[in-house]
This record gives sequence, C-alpha cells and structure tokens, in this order.
Amino acid sequence: MTYIVKPKIVHSGLQRNALGLTIRDYEGSMSTLCAGCGHDSITAAIVQAFFELHVPPHRVAKMSGIGCSSKTPAYFLSSAHGFNAVHGRMPSIATGASAANRSLYLLGISGDGDSLSIGLGQFSHAVRRNLNMLYIIENNGVYGLTKGQFSASADVGSKAKRGEMNKQQPIDPVQMAMAQGGTFVARSFSGDKDQLIPLLKAGIKHDGFGLIDIISPCVTFNDHEDSTKSYAYTRQFYHPAVHADFVPPAEEIKASYNRGNVMSVELHDGSRILLRKVSKDYSVHNRGAAIDYIRAHQRKGEIVTGLLYIDQGEPDMHGINRTASLPLNELPFDTLCPGTESLVSLQDLYR
Amino acid sequence: MSAKTKNRVNDFTIKLANVNGTGSASANSLLMKAIFRMGVPVTGKNFFPSNIQGLPTWYEIRVSKDGYLARSGDVDVMVAMNAETYEEDLGEVSKGGTLIYDSTWPRDKTLSRRSVTVLGIPLAKMCNEHFDNVRARILMKNMAYVGALAALLDLDLDVIHTLVKETFAAKESLIGANLKAIELGFEYAGKNFQCPLPTRVKALDKTSGHIMIDGNTAAGLGCVYSGATVGAWYPITPSTSLMDAFKAFCERFRKDPETGERNYCVVQAEDELAAIGIVLGATWNGARAFTPTSGPGLSLMSEFLGFAYYAELPAVVFDVQRVGPSTGMPTRTQQGDILAAAYASHGDTRHVVLFPSNPQECFELSLAAFDLADRLQTPVLILSDLDIGMNDWMCEELKWDPKYKPDRGKVFDAKTLKGGAEKFSRYLDRDGDGVAYRSYPGVDGDGAYFVRGSGHNQYGGYTEDAAEYQQVIDRLMLKWGTAKKLVPDPYIRRTRKASQYAIVSVGSCDNAVQEAIDRLSSKGIYLNYLRVKAFPFGKKVTNFLRKHERVFVVEQNRDAQLKSLLCLETDYSKQRMQSILHYNGLPIDSSCIVAAIEQAVSQGEAA
Ligand SMILES: Cc1ncc(C[n+]2csc(CCOP(=O)(O)OP(=O)(O)O)c2C)c(N)n1
Ligand code: SF4
Ligand SMILES: [Mg+2]
Repeated sequence: MTYIVKPKIVHSGLQRNALGLTIRDYEGSMSTLCAGCGHDSITAAIVQAFFELHVPPHRVAKMSGIGCSSKTPAYFLSSAHGFNAVHGRMPSIATGASAANRSLYLLGISGDGDSLSIGLGQFSHAVRRNLNMLYIIENNGVYGLTKGQFSASADVGSKAKRGEMNKQQPIDPVQMAMAQGGTFVARSFSGDKDQLIPLLKAGIKHDGFGLIDIISPCVTFNDHEDSTKSYAYTRQFYHPAVHADFVPPAEEIKASYNRGNVMSVELHDGSRILLRKVSKDYSVHNRGAAIDYIRAHQRKGEIVTGLLYIDQGEPDMHGINRTASLPLNELPFDTLCPGTESLVSLQDLYR
Repeated sequence: MSAKTKNRVNDFTIKLANVNGTGSASANSLLMKAIFRMGVPVTGKNFFPSNIQGLPTWYEIRVSKDGYLARSGDVDVMVAMNAETYEEDLGEVSKGGTLIYDSTWPRDKTLSRRSVTVLGIPLAKMCNEHFDNVRARILMKNMAYVGALAALLDLDLDVIHTLVKETFAAKESLIGANLKAIELGFEYAGKNFQCPLPTRVKALDKTSGHIMIDGNTAAGLGCVYSGATVGAWYPITPSTSLMDAFKAFCERFRKDPETGERNYCVVQAEDELAAIGIVLGATWNGARAFTPTSGPGLSLMSEFLGFAYYAELPAVVFDVQRVGPSTGMPTRTQQGDILAAAYASHGDTRHVVLFPSNPQECFELSLAAFDLADRLQTPVLILSDLDIGMNDWMCEELKWDPKYKPDRGKVFDAKTLKGGAEKFSRYLDRDGDGVAYRSYPGVDGDGAYFVRGSGHNQYGGYTEDAAEYQQVIDRLMLKWGTAKKLVPDPYIRRTRKASQYAIVSVGSCDNAVQEAIDRLSSKGIYLNYLRVKAFPFGKKVTNFLRKHERVFVVEQNRDAQLKSLLCLETDYSKQRMQSILHYNGLPIDSSCIVAAIEQAVSQGEAA
C-alpha cells in the first residue's frame, strides 16, 4: 500500500453533509492500483455512501486482508483507523474489534482470493456469527496482486490471459452466505454506481452481517475476451433481480415508489430499504428460493445482482452473547475486577 | 528408601488405578482433599488417556510432611481397580508396599509378589448388595475404597463426611449413598485388616494459608482480575479448562443479575488462527484480550504472532504445553514449546515469554502478562504445562493488592489527540525507550493510522525504503532492551555454603529441583538455584550464571531448549552448562536430578 498523500483542496462550492463535512473528508490517499481497476470504482462508491450517510469518519474501523482489493482501505476515510491483517484473516480481526467496541461501524474489504481460498473458513464463521459489519468482496476471479492466477471464484470455462481454461467449480460467496445464515446478502458490479451506492448504505446500516459481493474487473489480468469477470462480460450478462434504495430515517418516501412491486424494510435506526423488484418471481425473504433463482441464472451464464436476501430479525454476535450495551473497552476497571473480598471468599472452594 | 525401614507417617505415595469414565475422579480428589484438610501437605497428579471412556487412568497422591510436591518416584499404596493393568500396577509398587484390589473376583495368581502386601476387598459385591441402581453400583465402588483407605491410612472420618456433604450439596439425594459406601469400605477394612498401615496420615498444621487449585483455574481467575474482557479460543487439551474457568468466574462476577448482560465476550473461534486474530482485533480496540492454547495451536498462531510483534499490538497467549512433536500425547506433560514460543513466526521476531511454576504463579503472571503486553505493545506468551494446568497443586493463597491499577501503557487519548500540541505518529519513539504511543479506533480522526504487517516507517506510513524500514526494526530491538528491565525477576535460592555449582531450571520442574537440592545437600553437594520466570533474560539471570563454574540446566524436553535459549541470549559459556533432561510425558521427579548431579560432581572431583 504505497502511501501518496492526496492534497486536500476544498472548493468553496463543495456540498456539505449534515456534519458539515465535504466529500473530501471521506477520501483517503491516492490509489496506486492500475488505471481502470474495478476496485477504484468501489472505493469511490464507498466514499460517496459514507458521505451521504453523514457518518463521522473516525467512527468507522476499516479492515482488510492482503491483495490489491485489500489495499483499498487506504484510499478512503483517511481519518478512520485501518487494519491490514494477514492474508485471509480479516474476519477474525473484525470479530475481535466488534467484541471490544460494538459501537463502531465495521467495514471489511476483501478479495476473492482473500475470502474464498485462504480465508474461506474465517469468512464462513463471520457469517454464521452474524457479526455486525459490512463485508465487501471485490471479486475479479483472479489473484491480482500475485499476478493473475485463477481464484476460487473463477467460473468454469473462463480463460486466463495466457489461454489456460478453468475447469473447477466456482465458490459463490453469495450462495454460501445465504446457506450459512447471512442476514444481508447482495451482489453488485463496480461499474454500476447507481445500484452500488444505495446497497452500500443499506449494508452499513444493517444490524448484523452484511455481504456485498462486487464484481470488480481486473484490467491487467482478467479483462480479456473469454474471461467471465471482464467489464464486457459483466455488462452483457448482468441481471439485476432487486433494486434497493436507501431512505434515511426522517425522509419521506417519494410517491413514485408506492406503486407496483415495492416493499419497505425498516432498519433498527428507523431508516428504510425500499426494495423494488425488477424480476417478478424473486423473493428476498426466502433463502431457498433465492439460491434456486441464482443457480438457475448462473447456469445460463447470468449474474444475478441486487439485494438478494435480508433478515433484520436475527440477533448478532452480541445479541447471542448478551454482551453489555456499553462497549467493553469503555468499562472501568473497578467494574471488571471482583476485588479483595471476592478473592478471599472464592478461595474457600479450594480448601 | 525402603518402605519397611522408614517411618512412613505423612510420607508416602498412593496410586489409584482406574478405568476412565467410571467416576473415580471425584472420589480420588475427595481423598486428596481430606488429607489436605488434616493439615498435611499433599499433591495429586492425574495420568489420563486421550479418550472419553474405557481406558486406563491413574491418579497419584503424594503425602509429604516436608512439603515436597513433585512425584516421589515410589508407590507405597496401590489401589488396583483396573483388571487390565493389574500386573503393571503390581509391578510398580515399591518393596514393602501395599496393594488393594477388588476381591469380588479372586485374582490370587496374577496378584502376588513377595515384597508386597495384597489386600482384597469385595468392593463390587458390597456395592451390589447395597445399591439397586447400576450406575450407583459402579460409582459407589470408588467411595467404598475411599472408606477402606480411611481406615488403612487413619484418615479423619469427620473430615471425609464434611467433604461428601460439600461435594454433593447441589444433589443432596446422593449424600446418603456416598456416606453408606464409605462406611462399607471403612468397616470391612477395620474388621479384616490390621489398621492403620505404617504408611498413614497424622494430622499436622502445615496447610493453613494454602489452597489446592489447578493452574488453569488460577490463570482464568487472573484474567478476570486483570480486567480482560475478550477471550477467544479453540478447544485443545490441556488448555480448555482455562477458558472454562474464565467463563465460570465471569458468570459469577461479570454478569448483571437483573438484566443478564455480560461484561465480557468469549468467542469460541473456528481455529487458532482466528482465536489469535480475535485477540488482536480486540486489543487494537483497547480491550484486554487473551487466548489459551497448546502446542498445535501455537504453531497455527505463528503468522499472526509475527504480525503483532511487528505492528506492535498487545496480546496474551497461554500455551499450556503438552507432549509434542505434532499431536504428540495430548494428555501428557512436557516443556517442549520454549523455543517455538520465544521466536514464533518468520523474520526477525522475538516474544516476551513468562514461565509460571505453579498455580499461584499462573495467577500472578497472568496479571503481569497483561500489564507487560500493554506496556510493551507486544504479545506476551505464558508457558504453563499440563502438569501445572490440570493437576491440583497445593500453593499459597492468592492475594490481591487493592491498590493495583492496570498498566495500560502509552496511549494518546481523546484529550491528547484533540488539544495536543504534538501530532500523533504511531511508531515514533518519543521517550527513547523504544515504546511508541498508540491510539484507539473511534476516538479521534487525528489518531487514525493503519495497523499493518507490511513495511512501515516511524510515522505509521507504508514504506519500502531501506533506511525507514531499518529504523523501525532497530527500535524494536531497543524496546526489547526495555522488556529486559520490566519482566519479572528470576526466583533464586542460595545454599548456605558457597558453591560453584548451580541449577537453572524453569516452570513445573521447580518442586523436583527443590527436593533434589535438599537431598543433595544431605549428601554434601551444595547448589545454588535459579528458576527463570521470563524471557528476555534480565541482568539477574546473566549475573547469576557468571558466578558459577558449572550450571546444570534442568528441563522437560529432549532438545535442551532452555539451555539453547541461554546459549543464544546470554554470553555464558556453553561448555559450562550441562543438561538434565526428562521428557517421557510424566512429570519430573527429583531422582533423575539427584543421580545426574551426583555423578557429574564425583567425576568432576576425580578429574
Ligand atoms: C500466507 C500468504 N500466502 C500468500 C500470500 C501472497 N498473496 C498476496 S495477495 C494474494 C492473492 C490476493 O487475491 P485477491 O484476494 O483476489 O485480491 P486481488 O489482488 O485480486 O484484489 C496472495 C496469494 C500472502 N500474502 N500470504
Ligand atoms: S492487478 Fe488487477 S486487481 Fe490489481 S490493481 Fe491491477 S487491475 Fe486491479
Ligand atoms: Mg481477486
């Protein structure tokens, strides 16, 4: 993660959010990724989403593993703490961070190699713990940083730059997360800002584990013809099933939404996600049906996108554990240490 | 030391051979506790299989008026309850000893040895006659032999009765049956044998101010008292009971009785890679966090331990060592992880390691570990072992200093960050001790930085610059020097006569070493003794070594790992160190130490 400080030039005309911050306050250092890399578009969408949600940047903890994708937390929210874990182990860092301070917004950025090969176990367990975080996989079907080997998300029949064809089955994080009890599961495309930004906002506000698998083409190693993770392929076979709009607490729902196939899901802070079905026969509350739908389209080579499953009712890790509502890292020592008398009386058990 | 010739009052070893899963554990610990409550120093060691039911298991109780708590190496009274191991068990009894067996089924042939008195008690028969329930018949056999031993060893029946009532306080219906079984055994022995035996217990006043506790329980308690709020683990023998203890104490002390809310969070991780990751995520956020594990888990944690060393995150890791290599013998003890802990992970990496020698030190060193980890912003590993962790040891009562305040180390808080004149730079050595200031997420944007295992400069920025990289890695060595000054001093015992000989040892070898020193001094060989309590080795260790011509390094592994570490990290001559090694998985006793030193000294004098 080369560190190039971006000069902070604030134009007087720049829009300010409810905190009085401009979009600049949500940016990070200059990206060092290849020009045109899908990951950079995701970074831009993240900046926009946090700006629009007017989250204080320092209340976010950014975490990642290793890979080109995992470098990107340096490129947004420069006043948020960041944690570049070892390869594939970001979910455990996020679990500990949440355990210690449940009041932060936890944002994890990972790659398909980081989450679906070396980190598949940790990824799965973060899902089943329903860890309260937003987990983004910047999915390009290859290991970008180690120069283009197939990753576990490469589709059967997809070709590498040098012509080699992948014949192994892909691991789909969306289907996995649904099967393992994920409570917010979405897929999007780095090239579709309009779909991505509202999804990010909803995912940030969702209580529990939110996954957004984002197809994010690697222009250097996997954007050629015969690749199923290229810009061209993704645009052609992109199949939005559900469109999600995010509506903050106080805001009124625009009239046009009230018609037709629109459903509102209320989040814990009073904000809502408005789900607009693009595909009639899709149900966002039925795991089994959702997986069937995704698989049926997958067989046709299509990539189903949108907010594909949501459940606001399940307790997160702290709900299950019944952890104190005050963050554990704020509890004073006196309330944690049982003191002299307890130690004396306790030892009667050992005599 | 023949059993016949010696006065064996309060100085003998009982061994109980059982089948695991038959409920013998509670009977055996009751027996030990009865002796403890009679004021006689006692220790119990459990030799159990890596199995849930049906395999042989042994429990050894040493009674020692002199307070020797290592294994004695002898068996004076054997209770042979496992037909499968009869022969082996009989063979193990010291000359002049006694063997007790269940004579419901006659075994005269297999069970005879001229120098051993064999006593048959029809335990199964008695229990079958008095109890209807099948499970009770099995369980009560254990209590019946406790009763017989009470008669044979002259134990105080009142003490035993009280213990039964306490043990089954939650299941009162069981008290009657247990008391009955004890009475059956007691009366049978009284009627049929000459009671008590020469090996017997006589009340003393040598256990007041002491408790009987295992090291994992004491360490779990230490974590609670240190203010740790996050624990992560993946189950592994022999460390599991540490987290069990932490959770049990937290349920008692850290749960709101009204709301049920918990002031702690324990995560059972998917593996040890995740367990240490969870710890680091938590300490990054300013909580105190720990993970208990054993050798295989330590191996898995290596990558993250190196990360924590380089990114400078606190962590407390308990390695309750078991026999390696690999899966090894999970229910046997060893000190085989010393080098793996000291240098865990690739690259120039080194860790602070603490070595408790008994449960009391498990408690004390837990607290020290959390303070050191925060002060030095680095992982601290506590190397306990199965013997300390899972066996009940008699040790001094745990004390609490009400003035204790946790040392949270150097932190830029909200005030320093906001109003502060100085800009926050994560790895800048402001104080010249090699320890920089950190900041917690969520507090203030001015404290934001990236925790990373990749190359970084003193400001926390990414770097691939040669000089910037080296500056940080050299400062870490300066910090190591600070660590040397902060870690606990070694334990030192000096002989009354000046001596050029010394023993250096570690951890659970302590009791055997102490006993060996006494035995050797009665033979005219005087030794000073140093037990390391921490790595890096401080000045006291190097000074001590320098003052001795010859140093015997006693440890429980094959490869002389402590000696290797002393060779690597002190300037003391390798030629002057001689290893005494014990590594078969059973806890060390004093005999191997006495024999080796006697031989070495006599050769040295002849030369
Ligand atoms: C333990 C370990 N093994 C291997 C590597 C080398 N490595 C670095 S990044 C990477 C793959 C990253 O792929 P992905 O997560 O898909 O990220 P991308 O670069 O494609 O965004 C690998 C194998 C490593 N850093 N650590
Ligand atoms: S190699 Fe691929 S993934 Fe990495 S920065 Fe370049 S385009 Fe992006
Ligand atoms: Mg990738």
